[in-house]
Amino acid sequence: MRQDNFIWQRKDLLGTYDLSKEEILYLLDTAKSMEEVLERDVKKVPTLRGKSVVTLFYEPSTRTRTSFELAAKILSSDTINISVPSSSATKGETIFDTVKNIEAMSADCIIIRHNMSGVSEFIANQTRLAVVNAGDGSHEHPSQALLDLLTIRDYKGKIEGLKIAIVGDVLHSRVARSNLFALKKLNNTVNFVGPVTFVPQEFENLGAHVYHNLEEGLADVDVVMVLRLQKERMGRCFYPSEREYAGFFSINSSTIKYAKEDVIVMHPGPVNRGVEISSDLLDSKRSVVLDQVKRGVAVRMAILYSLLSGGRIEDSNK
Amino acid sequence: MKIVINNATIVTSSGVFRKNILVKDCIIDKISDDIFKEKGADLVINNRELLVFPGLMDIHTHLREPGFEYKEDIETGLTSAHYGGFVSVGVMANTNPVNDNSTVTHFMKCRAKQTGIPVELHPVAAITKGLEGENLTEMGELKEAGAIAFSDDGKAVKSSEIMRRAFEYAKTFNMTIFCHSEDSTLSREGQINEGEMSIMLGLKGIPREAEILGIYRDLTLAKLTGGTVHITHISTKEGVELVRKFKKEGVRVSCDTCPQYFTLTEKILMGYNTLAKINPPLRTESDRLAIIEGLKDGTIDIISSDHAPHHRDEKHCEFDRAAFGMIGLETMVPLCLELVRIGALDFNDLAEKLSRKPHKIFNLPTPKIKEGEEAVFTIIDPNYEWTVSEETLHSKSKNTPFLGKTLKGKAKYIIKGGKSFELF
Repeated sequence: MRQDNFIWQRKDLLGTYDLSKEEILYLLDTAKSMEEVLERDVKKVPTLRGKSVVTLFYEPSTRTRTSFELAAKILSSDTINISVPSSSATKGETIFDTVKNIEAMSADCIIIRHNMSGVSEFIANQTRLAVVNAGDGSHEHPSQALLDLLTIRDYKGKIEGLKIAIVGDVLHSRVARSNLFALKKLNNTVNFVGPVTFVPQEFENLGAHVYHNLEEGLADVDVVMVLRLQKERMGRCFYPSEREYAGFFSINSSTIKYAKEDVIVMHPGPVNRGVEISSDLLDSKRSVVLDQVKRGVAVRMAILYSLLSGGRIEDSNK
Repeated sequence: MKIVINNATIVTSSGVFRKNILVKDCIIDKISDDIFKEKGADLVINNRELLVFPGLMDIHTHLREPGFEYKEDIETGLTSAHYGGFVSVGVMANTNPVNDNSTVTHFMKCRAKQTGIPVELHPVAAITKGLEGENLTEMGELKEAGAIAFSDDGKAVKSSEIMRRAFEYAKTFNMTIFCHSEDSTLSREGQINEGEMSIMLGLKGIPREAEILGIYRDLTLAKLTGGTVHITHISTKEGVELVRKFKKEGVRVSCDTCPQYFTLTEKILMGYNTLAKINPPLRTESDRLAIIEGLKDGTIDIISSDHAPHHRDEKHCEFDRAAFGMIGLETMVPLCLELVRIGALDFNDLAEKLSRKPHKIFNLPTPKIKEGEEAVFTIIDPNYEWTVSEETLHSKSKNTPFLGKTLKGKAKYIIKGGKSFELF
């Protein structure tokens, strides 16, 4: 399965929009081979020994940050975490200066999360550091999309020709955009489902199918991806109440019946139980939410390996 | 002082001719089919490539002084205007302190005079005190101090009632309300045009309807009050259509657009190009074409630059944090000449939109290329190719998406006040 003749060329991973089909499959296959390391008793390979990875997070995160850090540590790189409240950002330093300072300290890679769209691209253009976008505003979150694709492939046995519904606050969702771009590259059908305020018609220009009710949007789908209401990114008046939202767009044991029998349910987290997804469905065997999280570590190992190893495979344990 | 211009193409209101001009002191002494004797002249211009335009005016600039001298000041702004080919500029009021009182208006005019740069500075004073949209400025006194119109540019007056009173009160003094028309409750926190690009880039959109509603309101209030309205920097197809409709109804309306709106579209924002972050935002191809159509049929009277200098740090940052605006004084002439090259306008239309109409609409003496008139010329080399760069621009700020682009056409001489200035 592994694409052996493929050579990774990019300095950065900023989004899935620019990735080719080959690059996506290479990352998925590389992640697959990383999973083996995670099964070992001693979860450590020396691949990135001597490299240093800095996570720079301007927004709170549990999963993404932890799994990037774990991924970096398993690959033996040194990791440092900087988060905004404890950093110079509160003293008025610009993100540009922060990054240039980290660069001056001879780091190799910076993983950035920011509440504004486009920030990782802005930074990547002016640093020699490898830049990984760990989520920029409402724009992209490529590592999440890749781990979603890997999860889908593992459950469905393929990652082409499937039908995937993404339900909820698509407008403010970087997860939805990164998934759309990646899934379309691999010839899948993507439905965006939600009220018009969250799913404007313009998404059709990007190749999504737009639906405003669950019955139509979930018809015949293999995968349902549920999104959280991103209150921190919304202005006013996007929806009247959580109660009303849940009444029409919550994924629960009755609405999931619109989808295929063997549908899997995904969620990038954090989950608001009882709002966008019901508690019982989240805990049911259709839900693969924790498998997504598990694959997150392998995918992030694959990303760091691709950007930092320069194609070298060193594994003294083998 | 004697200036001889032989073999040039002159752009007059009665046509475009190959003629020869003799200027004595400040005055156009003779325009003739015969070549003038070059001996004894203080300056001879003899170049068949050149176009003699009446002196150009840019009605919409931000020169940032007082208050924001780190972006631009009156001296650097006027220098930029001079090298762009302009003999006069309208200057917006969003300085600090705001130009909402005659002291600031006087200061701007005095500073301009002190610089000795041959560009007239015409303040466009604020409509409301502090640009806060609440209390009217002392419009009578501001007019006496030299204001040519009133505008809260960049911050549209929110209250329709206050806007109505502004139209009425300005009418007392025969003054124009110069509108940046925008429903800011709809465009709130928007970054770029709402549509394909805002969806793809995950940026908050500014719906075109914010401009359409703003223009509709301002035109309707001008109609209600019988006031005079100028709509600035039109960027949408529907905006052009509204002006066309209200002109037909006899409302006293004029309008302008800027080269960016007939040259660029929102596509250039791919990659989060903060240099192309402007307000109103760059729109779509169909808007761009409708604006060219509006220029062709005369709906759009004037081309202005909306020259909005910003410091490098204000553009070199996160897109959401970047300032709105681009400089434009020095790229106006080549970008407008492009309209002639594509056959949309002719040289006479350009003279209308860059010189005659701007002066006329704001009640200023219109430069004429006619015997006995004062010689105020912008002499353009339409074929001169140059590259926009930090080095070639004279503005203190360099924030333009045209950086690195090669443009065709540049003002070569300015003739004004009995003096000539060679620009390159």
